[in-house]
Amino acid sequence: MTVASSSRLSIRFGELTQRGEKGLVVYLTAGDPSLDATGEILQAIDQAGADVIELGIPFSDPLADGPVIQRASERALKAGTTLRNVLASLKDWRKAIQAPVVLFSYYNPILQYGLTAFARQAHAAGADGVLVVDLTPEEADPYLKAVRQEGLDTIFLASPTSSAERLQRAAATSSGFLYLVSRTGVTGEQKELAATLVPLIQRARAVTPLPIAVGFGISNPQQVRRVQQFAEAAVVGSAVVHAIEERFSTGGARAIGDFVRWLKHGTESEAA
Amino acid sequence: MNSRTDTAEARGVSQPWPDAAGRFGEFGGRFVPETLMSPIEELQRAYLEAQADTAFQREFKRLLKDFAGRPTPLYHARRLSDRLGGAQIFLKREDLLHTGAHKINNCLGQGLLARRMGKTRLIAETGAGQHGVATATVAAMFGLECCVYMGEEDMARQAPNVFRMRLLGAQVVPVGSGSKTLKDAINEAMRDWVTNVSNTHYLMGSVLGPHPYPVMVREFQRVIGQEARRQIMDTVGRLPDVLLACVGGGSNSIGLFYDFIPDAEVQMVGIEAGGRSLQLGDHAARFAGGKPGVLHGTYTYVLQNEDGLIAPTHSISAGLDYPAIGPEHAALFRSGRVQYTQVGDEAALEAARELSRTEGIIPALESAHAVAEAMRRAPRMGRETILLVNLSGRGDKDLGIFQSAGIL
Repeated sequence: MTVASSSRLSIRFGELTQRGEKGLVVYLTAGDPSLDATGEILQAIDQAGADVIELGIPFSDPLADGPVIQRASERALKAGTTLRNVLASLKDWRKAIQAPVVLFSYYNPILQYGLTAFARQAHAAGADGVLVVDLTPEEADPYLKAVRQEGLDTIFLASPTSSAERLQRAAATSSGFLYLVSRTGVTGEQKELAATLVPLIQRARAVTPLPIAVGFGISNPQQVRRVQQFAEAAVVGSAVVHAIEERFSTGGARAIGDFVRWLKHGTESEAA
Repeated sequence: MNSRTDTAEARGVSQPWPDAAGRFGEFGGRFVPETLMSPIEELQRAYLEAQADTAFQREFKRLLKDFAGRPTPLYHARRLSDRLGGAQIFLKREDLLHTGAHKINNCLGQGLLARRMGKTRLIAETGAGQHGVATATVAAMFGLECCVYMGEEDMARQAPNVFRMRLLGAQVVPVGSGSKTLKDAINEAMRDWVTNVSNTHYLMGSVLGPHPYPVMVREFQRVIGQEARRQIMDTVGRLPDVLLACVGGGSNSIGLFYDFIPDAEVQMVGIEAGGRSLQLGDHAARFAGGKPGVLHGTYTYVLQNEDGLIAPTHSISAGLDYPAIGPEHAALFRSGRVQYTQVGDEAALEAARELSRTEGIIPALESAHAVAEAMRRAPRMGRETILLVNLSGRGDKDLGIFQSAGIL
């Protein structure tokens, strides 16, 4: 699609391919521990080399998330974070960062905001794509209509339990990139990558030309590098959120930048 | 009855529901993480096959009879009716079922289905503990592993049921996140399911969640209304004027209502928990304070704030203390076929006391909400009027609450 190919996400993945590099997608929960902090952390991780940033909208009932991101959501909500004030803040944050930003949300906050109003304001604030964790392609028509109208990329998930048919549908409905869930389960750090991962990437590769990002359970440079052998990008979420939880209060945004640099370092080829 | 109209028409919709996408009018559907779509589709296939399989249906009926103790009586509460001096009150005695509530009906159906799908492990959420006990019971009877998620607050207020589940061999996992009640137990059960999809069946206890749960649970609970309809025709020779049932997620009420929906002369009333007051956070009256949204996989009325965050709820009864409602109820509310009203904590306690004293029946606090509404209406009605109340559960689990509320 011509629209998709000119999006900031497509351009970013295109640049990576041209340079023969693989990407690092970094997730953080907006408003954890405060909106001001998020603004600082976004700059730090952008400078540290995050290729794409997923900005989580905190929700009261994050049923796809493990304990680390649940706690982050609770902290963010306690600090008064809402979709409305995240979009308002993103307008300022956007000016200071290069990486494409994907909003990562549960469906209800977006639905209550109003699909059209959300899409318009997300676009105006400088968001590049949207991923709704509890929305699958079959329920997504009104959402797709609103979000595509504003030229935002729509990212859907495929998982090891997705049938060939479902995988195809997720790919066909996605733009920017396709997000593969590395294993069954909620978000969270894992010691080992699932054995189902490589076959899943191969299955996805067979049905889509889109760049593939793999997330859930990736928490250190070794795992990042391993994923990058097969996919265009690795997504690190809980490990970054964990670092924010443990290090931000003492080390500030710089400590989170250092953590992302550590993850990123493992992504470079050994010759570099 | 010649007034029995076409079912879809009586509901105020033109299509039979739910449709293939699990929609009751605009409500329902499937809003879940991608990983759950495959087990949900597997469940949908197994459920449709089982519905068409006479051997399955025969086995379900046999268990309802021999294990659960169906049919349950329809009891004319004469002393209560006389005392109120108006309408005649009939009680559908689901409280007499094995495990003490209507929940066992659905658990037997889904337990059979889990076995049919080759699942070795059942998980469930529970609020009051009645669904958890019924799930643990069925798991023991089928020889399946069982894990029940329960909010910490609910574990404290329904302690006898926690012990019963453990005695039945189930693992009871305390849920300390969020409001520490039913909603959070469902979040945790969904997290378990998404992690253990291959060997685990999520035995959801109400007409909630993604399609096919709302229709499947309704079908397993329909027996309540089918029996009640036959029984009232046998004893009185006519249909009741009003059906009353409490509505948490809405399984006992939809079970009673469903087979009466085409009977235009039968009025139906669902009773939500009015809690302490009708301020957001003080009640669980979705139709009084909620608006349509998505929670736990379905599009329905949800108590929430303007940012789409789910609101805290309160009810003295753990089984009604939930911010969303089954999507079919949302559609029945929208069409006007069922009316919904609220009964607060105090009135429920008073109704429990009254029923205990006048009829020798100690109701569950959930069911006491429906009894309270019947008591409110009966005096204003003629002696020929028939109110049929679903007494969905018994009050043994609530003795601690009765005691601390000082209702003696």
